Amino acid sequence: MSKIINKEILSDKVVKIEIEAPRIAQKRKAGHFVIVKIGEKGERIPLTISQADESKGTITLIVQKVGVSSHKLCDLAVGDEVSSVVGPLGQSTHVENVGTVLCAGGGVGIAPLLPIVEAMKEAGNKVISVLAGRSQEFIILEDEIRKASDEVIIMTDDGTYGNKGLVTEGMEEVIQREKVNLAVTIGPAVMMKFCSILTKKYNIPTVASLNTVMVDGSGMCGACRITVDGETKFVCVDGPEFDAHQIDFDEMLMRLRAYKDEEADAYQSFMNNK
Amino acid sequence: MEIMKEDTTYLQELRKIAWREELRKSIPAKERTAKERVSMPSQDPIIRSTNSDEVNTGLMSELAIGEAQRCLDCVNPTCIDGCPVNINIPSFIKHIEKSDFLGAAKVLKETSALPAVCGRVCPQEVQCEATCFYTVKLKKAPVAIGHLERFAADFERESGSVSVPKIASDNGYKIAIIGSGPAGLSAAGDLAKMGCDVTVFEALHEIGGVLKYGIPEFRLPNSVVDVEINSLKQMGVKFFTNFVVGSTASIQDLRDEGFDAFFVSSGAGLPNFMGIPGENYSGIMSSNEYLTRVNLMKAAHADYDTPVYIGKNVAVIGGGNTAMDSVRTAKRLGAERSMIIYRRSMDEMPARVEEIEHAVEEGIEFMCLNNPIEYFANENGHVSKVRVQKMELGEPDASGRRRPVPIENSEYELDVDLVVVSVGVSPNPLIPKSLPELEMTRWGTIVVDEDTMQAKNVPDVFAGGDIVRGGATVILAMGDGRKAAQGILNYVQSKK
Repeated sequence: MSKIINKEILSDKVVKIEIEAPRIAQKRKAGHFVIVKIGEKGERIPLTISQADESKGTITLIVQKVGVSSHKLCDLAVGDEVSSVVGPLGQSTHVENVGTVLCAGGGVGIAPLLPIVEAMKEAGNKVISVLAGRSQEFIILEDEIRKASDEVIIMTDDGTYGNKGLVTEGMEEVIQREKVNLAVTIGPAVMMKFCSILTKKYNIPTVASLNTVMVDGSGMCGACRITVDGETKFVCVDGPEFDAHQIDFDEMLMRLRAYKDEEADAYQSFMNNK
Repeated sequence: MEIMKEDTTYLQELRKIAWREELRKSIPAKERTAKERVSMPSQDPIIRSTNSDEVNTGLMSELAIGEAQRCLDCVNPTCIDGCPVNINIPSFIKHIEKSDFLGAAKVLKETSALPAVCGRVCPQEVQCEATCFYTVKLKKAPVAIGHLERFAADFERESGSVSVPKIASDNGYKIAIIGSGPAGLSAAGDLAKMGCDVTVFEALHEIGGVLKYGIPEFRLPNSVVDVEINSLKQMGVKFFTNFVVGSTASIQDLRDEGFDAFFVSSGAGLPNFMGIPGENYSGIMSSNEYLTRVNLMKAAHADYDTPVYIGKNVAVIGGGNTAMDSVRTAKRLGAERSMIIYRRSMDEMPARVEEIEHAVEEGIEFMCLNNPIEYFANENGHVSKVRVQKMELGEPDASGRRRPVPIENSEYELDVDLVVVSVGVSPNPLIPKSLPELEMTRWGTIVVDEDTMQAKNVPDVFAGGDIVRGGATVILAMGDGRKAAQGILNYVQSKK
């Protein structure tokens, strides 16, 4: 059991929660995730650790309401207990001083991007962050990202905030302007696919952090398997970060839809009974 | 077969106790051997394939006593040689014969932390029952040791007077067990009996490992496992769930927190796939995923949040126990066709004989000497067909089994909407990754001393079960746990 000690509503659909998890707070590095289960009948869902406070013994997760489980988690109040929080899982981000790092985060993907931005900056890189969302309310953690970045570019689909346009347009502007040594992309699978296509065009090594379906999160089930460079890899133990140019994004997009119908039905009945 | 070398004089002494002598004389051997082996009562196949209740319903007292009478209480009980945890088999059976069922359970618990589990899932036909006097010398059906074990353990559980084994006084040693499957639980039980302070760390949210996530309710009810876990708790064993050793805390962290030795029983949690085209389409999953969703996450219950795809035409690839569990689960969840696709013949199937028989009774289709070579999907990327190639048996391979050889131009296609791949597992890499100094085999298993289960290069680390064997049975894992417990005790005592 892990107690929620802070909760902040970032937007209609996105909530930031701080959970007591002293051991995880101590061990986590950029790129790590946890598996969270809410209630006896809950499912196990992977969430990337966005921030951690070692002295307080807490980790911060950013959750977007997309289905039953994420909605249940968002509905918990300060003082409530999360039945299971296990981690830190996965391989941490490979961080070194490479020069200039272009970090692109889309929507709730900005949350897991934050620790990577911080770690890249800490390692001495020049960090340029591109944050993208459908509209202003989807741009989260802007202040925190700004603190750790040399420059921040905001892109919104509807132009309600920052520049109007897609994340790739913001990235391309930077790439054309200066030498980028590494790109990092986190967000919806489609977004990462197009970021990857863009950076491939310019031959920029790129890392994508994936969030797939998982059950145990420790290598046991294989629900998270994807194809990287023609080989099957497990996101939970081999990832979550991979060479974006080698990921079969189309297959991953297809696999993400595996339980779409079941999940939509479950969400509908959950909302009806709420 | 793994045999634990132990002093066997105690067997002879127990055999000479007055009541055993009397009992042996009460029925002539000829009369005993003339009896037919008991058959396990089970639910009707048609009814049971629509529910998740246990298939075998267990022996009644009279049947159990009758079967116990078949046991000749041999001078040289060869059955024990076939048991990886050296249960005193004649002793517990004779307790049943004299109607002391609780006494029988006590005997079981002396050496086995999970008797109700073993009575249900052990492959007795290749262990104790294979070395039974009836099998070896009389060429008759062996004493139903497994059924009797289950009977005694169930009787004790249902009686409500569950005995807690004697615990030696606190010896001051703190031992960490990594993984709460059969190897871990078995080691935990023995170490607690020896007087150690035992903590079990489990990565999942439930204790029991494969007994919970893998083996289905209809073969091993969770309530049975929970009783055995509670027994361990009463013996003072502490459990931490949601704790991944190597991630949540390193072995070094735990050393710093005062743990004197470690038993790694983290299992074979990395499913193998075949690497054939189309295997990543949705609707194709590992047996670990399928069974975990259904058993651990209870995905088939409407009020649980985890989804599972309910197939109409289900193909399970493989011929082991996990394959049988998967295909019979699919049948129970409403599949119209539940098929086993296995590349060798029925004779080479590694599953327990009883599971295969039960599966046949339940209407599972066995497509032996068939091998999937490619999958096809519908427009949504969901599997719709499998292309299968027929096989024939050739020369024996390294495992001694005849090698399956593809028959040219024999390919055909089958409609499927759910495929469960059950072609073995590899050791879970989490612990080895966090302890790079451990010596590993090229298959990713930990190298240990066979007698003590101590790892090479890291003296305070011991290992057993599938992380050492790479995919074996519950009872072999438990045997490892017992050996390791003794090895650990000797190690910590020699160190201080």
